Amino acid sequence: MRQRSELVLPVVMLTKRFGAILRDAVRDLAPIILVIFVFQVGVLRQPFPQLFEILSGLVLVIVGLGLFVLGLEMGLFPIGEVMAEAFARKGSLFWLLVFGFGLGFCTTIAEPALIAITKEAARTAAQGNHIPADAQSLDSYATGLRFTVALSVGLAVVVGIIRILRGWPVQYFIIGGYVAVMLITLFAPREIVAVAYDSGGVTTSTVTVPLVTALGVGLASSIRQRNPLLDGFGLIAFASLTPMAFVMVYGMLVFD
Amino acid sequence: MSEFEFDFGTVLLDTVQDVLPVLVLLVVFQVAVLRKPIPDLKRVVVGFVCVLVGLALFLGGLEKALFPVGRIMAEQLSSPEFVFGTPQAPDDPSWWSYGWVYLFGALIGFGTTIAEPALIAVAHKASRVSRGAYREWTLRVAVATGVALGIAIGTFRIVTGTPLHLYIIAGYVIVIVQTVFAPKLIVPLAYDTGGVTTSTVTVPLVAALGLGLSSTIPGRDPSLDGFGLIAFASVFPIITVLGYAQLVQWWTARRVGHAKED
Repeated sequence: MRQRSELVLPVVMLTKRFGAILRDAVRDLAPIILVIFVFQVGVLRQPFPQLFEILSGLVLVIVGLGLFVLGLEMGLFPIGEVMAEAFARKGSLFWLLVFGFGLGFCTTIAEPALIAITKEAARTAAQGNHIPADAQSLDSYATGLRFTVALSVGLAVVVGIIRILRGWPVQYFIIGGYVAVMLITLFAPREIVAVAYDSGGVTTSTVTVPLVTALGVGLASSIRQRNPLLDGFGLIAFASLTPMAFVMVYGMLVFD
Repeated sequence: MSEFEFDFGTVLLDTVQDVLPVLVLLVVFQVAVLRKPIPDLKRVVVGFVCVLVGLALFLGGLEKALFPVGRIMAEQLSSPEFVFGTPQAPDDPSWWSYGWVYLFGALIGFGTTIAEPALIAVAHKASRVSRGAYREWTLRVAVATGVALGIAIGTFRIVTGTPLHLYIIAGYVIVIVQTVFAPKLIVPLAYDTGGVTTSTVTVPLVAALGLGLSSTIPGRDPSLDGFGLIAFASVFPIITVLGYAQLVQWWTARRVGHAKED
């Protein structure tokens, strides 16, 4: 009897959690659907093409995102958070930095929004004749973009960790980063600038934010007289800045 | 149907490549560096399978729904028949002909941000840290207004074809000046809202909107003008949140000043 209830309980909890995640996803989409509906009926007054296909696609988006987040919460987040804290509290600086870099890099590679946007960037670049239009060049351009962004997020985490350990104020890094982005913009090819600026906002999303924040908060709370809230957040802000600079450099290498 | 299954198989294979590095990293570090066993291995495996299937479904739905929706809305709102009532757009259309585009962009930005779960969490923390000086709801409105403003100005940029970096640099300069004067407590949180606002659902939709606009508006090139809306949506909330904090500061100072006079 007891064994059975132990088995049943997590399933019930998981189903409940899945329901809550689905509600979040629907809540995310509801305003979009409402605005589009109002515009279609009130302003455009045109039939919406491919309505059935789009609705079934929306169901896929909601269920897919729900399963994705549920899986992260079941498997990856618990180990990731415990490990981030373990590395932050003890262990050598070397392994902490290696782990931080790996965490930033790997979570960015798995970020769904980044996968989507780099594919679209490759298609657009091919349409504008900036890269060859065959499948292989598209793929290597998109993958190159993703690895560049992942590399920059990994480095941002490394610099962010050193910043937290030394207690340097986050503002200097952000302002310095902005200035660097502006300077690189002057030399970057025009086709890459917009993609680069967008990649900054895309990187910090579903997978990266919880794990990297756990690392930052664990680190800041293991050092005395640090505010975990302020220091934990610095990492994310920095990780959305470095991709802009790195992607522009990638553009210089690929287009010129 | 068989085509869909084939598609799903390829996407699933791709997602294995995407998610595997995270798993390998965590397992290797747990076993080799920390020298601890993996707790609850079964759960981890089931979770990993969920992640794979979920990501594959999401990416499939993205191609079928979010990208087309953004593109269709952009095409309909900027089509010459709708904007000018003629089958051909005039050679040099004025920017105010596209008013509905800006309004649509602003509403999509506001709507997706105000309900964003990550933002609700950040607003809650900010309100707690400031002991109620920053109200949760007002903070969320400030961020959503920032995103609305950002996307509206971003679509304006696409319509006029003006260079993106000038807008973003202007935005950064405003942020830097505000950072100097704003209360120190809010600064990291304000920076963070920039990253929080662009969720996994919003990003593809907004990107498709920009690409769609730049391909229908005469004289625009998607590869030059199509991207950039997400960047706008990341910079402007920082400005509005810092602005809100400065307003609260100014307001409190004025009240204290009045109290002293009395």
